[in-house]
Amino acid sequence: MELITIIISGILIGSSVYLMLSKSLIRIIIGTALLSHGVHLMLLTMGELKRGNVPVLDPEVSNYTDPLPQAMILTAIVIAFALTAFILVLALRMYKEIGTDNVEEMKGVPHDD
Amino acid sequence: MTLIHLAILLPVIAAIGIGVLYRYYRRIHLGWFVLPVPLLIVIYLFTLIPRVMNGQVIYETMQFMPRIGMNFDVYIDGLGLLFAILISGIGALVVLYSIGYLSTKENLGNFYVYLLMFMTAMLGIVLNDNVVMLYLFWELTSISSFLLIAFWNTRDRSLYGALKSMIITMFGGFLMLGGFITLYLITDTFSIRGMIDALPMIQESPLTPFAIVLILFGAFTKSAQFPFYIWLPDAMEAPTPVSAYLHSATMVKAGIYLVARFTPLFAFSNLWVWTILIVGLFTMTWASFNAIRKDDLKAVLAFSTVSQLGLIMSLLGLGALSLATGANDELFTVAVVAAVFHTINHATFKGALFMITGIVDHETGTRSMKRLGGLLTIMPISFTMTVITALSMAGLPPFNGFLSKELFLEAMITVLNADFGAMASVDFLIPLVAIVGSIFTFIYSILIIYGIFFGERTHNTPKEPHEAPALMLISPAILSLLVIVFGLFPNILSATIIDPAAMSIMASDAPLGTHLAMWHGFANPALWATIAIVIIGSVMFYFKDKWMFIYDYHKEAFTLNYLYDQGLMYSRIGSQKITDGYMTGYIRNYLVYIFGFFILMGLITLMNTGLHMDFSNFASVGIQEVILSLIVLIATAVILITRSRMVAIIMLGSIGFSMALFFVFFRAPDLALTQLAIETVTTALFLVCFYHLPKKSRHEERMRFKFTNFIISLGVGVLAIVIGLSAFSNRLFEPISEFHIENVYDLAAGGNMVNVILVDFRGFDTLFETFVFAIAGIGIYGLMKLKLKRKDEDNEEHAEESRI
Repeated sequence: MELITIIISGILIGSSVYLMLSKSLIRIIIGTALLSHGVHLMLLTMGELKRGNVPVLDPEVSNYTDPLPQAMILTAIVIAFALTAFILVLALRMYKEIGTDNVEEMKGVPHDD
Repeated sequence: MTLIHLAILLPVIAAIGIGVLYRYYRRIHLGWFVLPVPLLIVIYLFTLIPRVMNGQVIYETMQFMPRIGMNFDVYIDGLGLLFAILISGIGALVVLYSIGYLSTKENLGNFYVYLLMFMTAMLGIVLNDNVVMLYLFWELTSISSFLLIAFWNTRDRSLYGALKSMIITMFGGFLMLGGFITLYLITDTFSIRGMIDALPMIQESPLTPFAIVLILFGAFTKSAQFPFYIWLPDAMEAPTPVSAYLHSATMVKAGIYLVARFTPLFAFSNLWVWTILIVGLFTMTWASFNAIRKDDLKAVLAFSTVSQLGLIMSLLGLGALSLATGANDELFTVAVVAAVFHTINHATFKGALFMITGIVDHETGTRSMKRLGGLLTIMPISFTMTVITALSMAGLPPFNGFLSKELFLEAMITVLNADFGAMASVDFLIPLVAIVGSIFTFIYSILIIYGIFFGERTHNTPKEPHEAPALMLISPAILSLLVIVFGLFPNILSATIIDPAAMSIMASDAPLGTHLAMWHGFANPALWATIAIVIIGSVMFYFKDKWMFIYDYHKEAFTLNYLYDQGLMYSRIGSQKITDGYMTGYIRNYLVYIFGFFILMGLITLMNTGLHMDFSNFASVGIQEVILSLIVLIATAVILITRSRMVAIIMLGSIGFSMALFFVFFRAPDLALTQLAIETVTTALFLVCFYHLPKKSRHEERMRFKFTNFIISLGVGVLAIVIGLSAFSNRLFEPISEFHIENVYDLAAGGNMVNVILVDFRGFDTLFETFVFAIAGIGIYGLMKLKLKRKDEDNEEHAEESRI
């Protein structure tokens, strides 16, 4: 299972890089959102998958999934959300102020090649 | 802190007082308050002469930075004392001269503070035993010289000259520091005396050639040797007292001092000896050749200074040769004595010549020889002094220049008798070049006298010329007097100053017993050489117009100045081109650099460490997880290829919800909950923004860009997979969460381990995560609410302000 999740997270990260390299601001933001998904999945995988029960104390269970990566991912999810929301509003405001969502036009001079 | 330390630092201490004084009291010319400082120092130094004459050395140490071996160790022997007396003595005369030269309208406070700073720096160089400390003072001379050249800082030429001298001398200074550090690596000491004690180590070390080359860079740049002499003619934009002091008598001799000081260390090396000899001789001839075509008096004197420094340098080289080859010991001693003697002589006559030039400039308003002429009857005192000093420079009797020039020619001609092995076949070139250089020296010396005082009265000068006030004439008069006195009675110098200095250059204890005399008899070849020089020089001067055309072949494009200017310009343009080349301003390009570098580093690391993967430890795969993975893959693919923004947002949402499902399958209920909630809000947020975003959401990339983007994203993705797999396969330690699992109830009284970790075991993360959240919220509020930059707003000023 870990092989699959690692490959999926690799694909997510690669796709996010592709999106971030594009000209459209909204695609760049979608790219960052994808990147955070890929990284979260990778984090979870590194803590080993399906090695025990849900990490809630239960007298009958002695074998739990690793709780530490989950706590870290929880923190990361919230931070990624805060960031995505901020960038999104920033992009919106940018578009309203300067009238474009093309990052190459934001320099003020046209692309020459 | 002893008296001698105080003497070295006295000018700088005085500079502080002078600065304060000048602020509040301007009735008397500031120079009068400065004058006692060099006088005191020179008197103090004179009292040291008897001790140094008897072979004693004075050594005083003061701890400055003992941990790195950088101490203010004053060491006075003959050589150091000679230079220190020159510096403080001519310093006193220059201060006296500047009182007449600079009017009280100038910014005298700056001038004298810089000058005093320079004085301390020079004294620090010549009376130092610690090379790091020497370097410190060395750079201080560069800085104060820079400030003095740019004294009239509203003129472009001054700034250009100051910058040029700064760049060139600092370049040499840094390399010299490298040489000192190399010497430290060899001998493990910063003390020059310690290095001389460790001479065998230097002779054996393979690093010695590096040290020699680096130290010579420092000496040649400072002493304006070929090809570094180009800064000196441009430094003539400084006030004339500065030119007289720094650029003829003292600072340019710092390189001479350095070479003389390190001669006992490096004289065994052929590299050192021949470099100094050849560079010195070539500089002498080249600069004297170039001096003739200049019209500006100060430019002639600048080239003449370069030429004379070359002469001294070549003599030092020849002196070291006696130590290197052991050939003709006695006669090479003559070379060292001549070098020391000529250093003194040059300081006297060149200082006086500069001061006279300053007087001519001051009284006529021009320094161009095309506009001057026929001032003989108007400025008789200046004329007398010019004749004395210029003829001394040309090497004519009965002035002191004749004696040192005779010694120079004698030493150079004696080379023919010595045996240099492989060099023996071409050694006739050495006296030949020396004589040719002397002929040109003779011509430009005559030219200076003739150009100012003889010929037609041009009546073309900006001011009506008249004799200078007595105040300005005192200093050159004293120097001219010294020229005659040293010429007629050279032996007052020989035992007191020249011998101790020559002995410290040669590192010998045996007294030399030098006896200088004007007349050596007809058998002396130098006499015939001098006669030949005078005759040829006079003939060439008479037919000057016939051969001056050769200078026309010396085009601007072939000069070193042109090379320097072009080099400076192209290095600026080049660096700008490089910066413009990669700092494009497009975010995509920077991301390409970042990701490209990531891929590169990953590949290098993989190549160096090798790959170890272990597929045995994976968990089982369920059918529902495979389906979920397919959903994620399809959604990702759709995002990449879709043209509709709406589809992309929905696909992003589906990926987010799939992630929540993954969390469910992988037994992370809290994560699943959070992910569900947050994905819902995110998607809602995207949709809220949707209507405000532009209609066209995709900007078509060119194919080339698409391809690069694809390659880079593929590389990053593959690298992430490889790193993930290898990290997963190589576990070094057990997870620490065993502790959390065991103690979650006992220590924290909770059952949900994830929550307990978040708020108890690792509560700080959570605290600052909430801060991030709060900041994002405030930021979003600000972005939505604050609309300062509105063009249609009434308050234009406010809008302007916010734009900044």
